[in-house]
Amino acid sequence: MSQVIQWTYILAALLFAMGIKLLGSADTARKGNALSATGMLLAVVVTLLHHSIVDFRLILLSVAVGSLVGSLAARRVAMTAMPEMVALFNGFGGIASLLVAWAEFTKPSSTSTISTLAILFAVLIGGLTFTGSLVAFAKLSELKLVGVRLGKVIAFPGQKWFNALLVLLCVGVVGTLLVSTGEVSSLFVLLVGLSFLLGCSAVFPIGGADMPVVVALLNSYSGVAACATGIAIQNNILIVAGSLVGASGMILTRIMCRSMNRSLAHVLFSGLGGKLSSSASSTDGEAKPISAQDVYYMLEAARSVVVVPGYGLAVAQAQHTVKELAAQLEALGCDVRYAIHPVAGRMPGHMNVLLAEADVPYDALAEMDDINPLLSGVDVCLVIGANDVVNPAAREDESSPIYGMPIINVDSARNVIVCKRSMSAGFAGVQNPLFFKENTRMLFGDAKASLQELISEFKHT
Amino acid sequence: MESVYLAFILMLSAFLGFELIAKVPSTLHTPLMSGANAISGITLIGAVLAAGSEHSDLGMWLGAGAVFFATINVVGGYVVTNRMLAMFKKKKSEDGQ
Repeated sequence: MSQVIQWTYILAALLFAMGIKLLGSADTARKGNALSATGMLLAVVVTLLHHSIVDFRLILLSVAVGSLVGSLAARRVAMTAMPEMVALFNGFGGIASLLVAWAEFTKPSSTSTISTLAILFAVLIGGLTFTGSLVAFAKLSELKLVGVRLGKVIAFPGQKWFNALLVLLCVGVVGTLLVSTGEVSSLFVLLVGLSFLLGCSAVFPIGGADMPVVVALLNSYSGVAACATGIAIQNNILIVAGSLVGASGMILTRIMCRSMNRSLAHVLFSGLGGKLSSSASSTDGEAKPISAQDVYYMLEAARSVVVVPGYGLAVAQAQHTVKELAAQLEALGCDVRYAIHPVAGRMPGHMNVLLAEADVPYDALAEMDDINPLLSGVDVCLVIGANDVVNPAAREDESSPIYGMPIINVDSARNVIVCKRSMSAGFAGVQNPLFFKENTRMLFGDAKASLQELISEFKHT
Repeated sequence: MESVYLAFILMLSAFLGFELIAKVPSTLHTPLMSGANAISGITLIGAVLAAGSEHSDLGMWLGAGAVFFATINVVGGYVVTNRMLAMFKKKKSEDGQ
């Protein structure tokens, strides 16, 4: 029987590897996901045959409830809330690894130093992933805690030292647990608590705009936690799948950092740098509001329009409306394209997913690097619910927290219309000088409502 | 199983993980992250083993909790990924018409 299990695990490992590979390309991604899900199903079912399992009641009950909760949550969640859902699921993976390692720790048999070390490591990384992901979830869904917007950088003076102390404490507790032979369960619980605290303390100081990178990193950690658990319980498939995710997550984190032109260290520690920037910098000049009717005249005369979507588009669920407006413009012979910033929205690819839902043709989407040189020849740039990704401060203002991030240079277009709910700062919490530029007009209101107003202008004339 | 043997597996699969993600278009970063996240729910296997074996009551209950959380991770992760990718699919098939 153990042979059957091992061979099935090999098959599952192969399916996971192929799954990840196929997920990397648009044509095959869905097949890749199905392959990896098949691998998971095989691995779980065959594990039930393991001779050490004597009681199935608890397992079946937990699997049933877990599947119900998971599938309901995944089906019900709005497309806009996808990123925070991924963060939450990831946190659950982390806590699961922690619990498995804990269960292994309660067994009297596990005595080898390596397996104890693996258990403690799994607890540490699993716990950190759990609370870190929960904080990321709270930041991404813009929850408020006692009136404080969690998306902000939240840090206290000396937190750098506090975190360093936490890490030292963890190392100390792990060391003590490794050498001591007596009753250590209270010390073990202390380690669990420390790992939770470390996760919170590490993610709270990171600003909301950097959350995608943090989620990618935590995703990698949950793989590492699973891998450590695998070493602790001596299970191949956990090691293989865990390290696959750990390594690929690390690469993905690096790719994402690069597309934001930041180093990982900057993302993780800049909030602790002490200079909690007073965001309200140069707000000279006045934003000029515009009516939907005037926007209509501007668009009607335009030969080329570039739409720059952002999170506001997702919130307003305006993707279909944008497509409709684009159809009206195209009927007048206007060239409509969409400029997609790599981190527009809350996750890379967030906008692509939304626009794909509205059947926007793939070749109308332009990546930032391709569209930027062409923008000076564009008549109207329609910025819909995007803010930080079009903020010229990233280019001009060295004191800005987002300085150095590549942006879509909409301000070089002849006219810029910014569709926005209010003058409030973006997710990164910085003011946007774009709104005060000579060629910028503000169309205030909910993105969907504003666009519908524009469409009705087109239809009435 | 020897630790050396486990270390072998670890080293090779980590290397494979690094190599698999080389050139991924940014469009696919979110689904890829979500799909990889579902795979990290593999800890479910360990959870099932812990929940089913009767070493101690505490161990069983910890295992049951782990099964619950890991199942959410696995099922939710795959469903969410599939939902995201379904949107690309729809667009593609209509392009083909």
